[in-house]
Amino acid sequence: MDLEALTEKSGEWLRGTGPESDIVVSSRIRLARNLAQYPFISRCDDTTKTEIETLLKAKMDEVAAGRRLQYLDVDDLETLDRQFLVERQLISREHADSTGSRGVGISDEETLSVMINEEDHIRIQVLRSGLSLDECWSEINSFDDALEEEVTYAFSEKLGYLTACPTNVGTGIRVSVMLHLPALVMTKEIQKVFQALHKISLAVRGLYGEGSQAVGDFYQISNQVTLGKSEDQLIQTLKDVVPNIVDYERRVRTALVKENRQSLHDTVARAYGILRNAQTISSEETMHLLSSVRMGINLGLIDNLEIPEVNELFIQTQPAHLQKLRKSELGSAERNSARASFLRRRLSGGGSGEEN
Amino acid sequence: MKKCQQCSKPATLHITEIREGEVQALHLCESCAQEYWHSELESSETEDASNSPFPMSMVEDELEELDSLSCPNCGISFKQFRAQGRLGCPHDYVAFEAELLPLLENIHGDTAQHCGKAPKRAPDASQRQYRLIRLRNDLRSAVDMENYEEAAQIRDEISELEQELGEITDTTE
Ligand SMILES: [Zn+2]
Ligand SMILES: [Zn+2]
Repeated sequence: MDLEALTEKSGEWLRGTGPESDIVVSSRIRLARNLAQYPFISRCDDTTKTEIETLLKAKMDEVAAGRRLQYLDVDDLETLDRQFLVERQLISREHADSTGSRGVGISDEETLSVMINEEDHIRIQVLRSGLSLDECWSEINSFDDALEEEVTYAFSEKLGYLTACPTNVGTGIRVSVMLHLPALVMTKEIQKVFQALHKISLAVRGLYGEGSQAVGDFYQISNQVTLGKSEDQLIQTLKDVVPNIVDYERRVRTALVKENRQSLHDTVARAYGILRNAQTISSEETMHLLSSVRMGINLGLIDNLEIPEVNELFIQTQPAHLQKLRKSELGSAERNSARASFLRRRLSGGGSGEEN
Repeated sequence: MKKCQQCSKPATLHITEIREGEVQALHLCESCAQEYWHSELESSETEDASNSPFPMSMVEDELEELDSLSCPNCGISFKQFRAQGRLGCPHDYVAFEAELLPLLENIHGDTAQHCGKAPKRAPDASQRQYRLIRLRNDLRSAVDMENYEEAAQIRDEISELEQELGEITDTTE
């Protein structure tokens, strides 16, 4: 696979097209599977890992029938390229940082990726934009069915799919949804959401924070339980809960606009202004400001920019993407200035004559 | 910019965790964050006694006895599992069944019975595969011990089993 070609485009999940995509950035399902005839990864020597990789790579090609699944030998990749795949959410950070034979198969649209020799022998992931868990499930389930005909999975009647870590045993499924919740964060209402989700055993993980702020505006909500409930039940739990959170965020946004439209507009406009004019800017500040701008677009406070473009900027301003686009390795200070110039260029198309 | 609360390098990851219903914000640099993801699991399983799935009443030598258990297939001891948080092979779920049960109930709730998707393939195939793991492990140690006669015997057994498993694959296709 040509990684350079990937830098030119963006994954399906950034397209901002699915249902509720103003708030639900993406939906993701992953399945953990292991081959019955091998030890788990931590007890595999390198020869065994290579054997597993060779076997699975061949099986995957057969299974992929009809769709192209391009394979990358992760062990062979440069650090920068591995980081690049992490930023695109195609491999996990653990997979990038570990050692020995391992790889990933990636579909054309970047919706499906299959990690080999991560924590488990096989980690299948489907990632799509918006709230689209049913689509994710049908895609991943049929791939899993097809692969299962070619190999023998470690499985027991009682404990289901057997995984290296007992937290994944059973269905081996992790269902997650990435939400953009700036208004709930701003008003601290988010705490109530946390408490409610905790009560029903859903995990919340916040990422992408800004330096001075305790939490960022992006939250990933996922199931913790994998045993004793069916895949459908676990997916349904998220499908029931997410619309309530989305509603809550929308209500708070409306209230914010009603109470203090001017101040909110000011925050959004300043964020946009900094992004279009800064000469040097950190990744954290970029995330924080893009978050304001993203909400501003949804509230009609910015009208010459689209959500998919902002989604892309979140990814493209991250360190590895920036360096791939620049085609050179950059130190932290150089990155900050490269990031600022990249943002100025990308956001100057708006036609406002403010830059002079 | 906030500093990493572990090592005071600039923090690039800001994580919100909920523990016991309390919201907790963590500020970590790249490398400490990685360590955090790795250790998160293990710490909740082992180090911290209050989070331990093992009853407090368990006395030292009971735990020691528990730790000395090991899987006949892959050779991992329960102690090693507790230290790394990852099992050694699928058979560990049988070998450590009683020991894992409180842990599973702690994570997944009281019903430790799978009720989701299941592979459509011959169910006894898995059992034979476990035997294959054990034989390969035996083979390795036989070779290490330069016990070539035994190694040859094991090799025969492996190829026999592999053939049987091959036949199962053929009939399902
Ligand atoms: Zn640190
Ligand atoms: Zn074992």
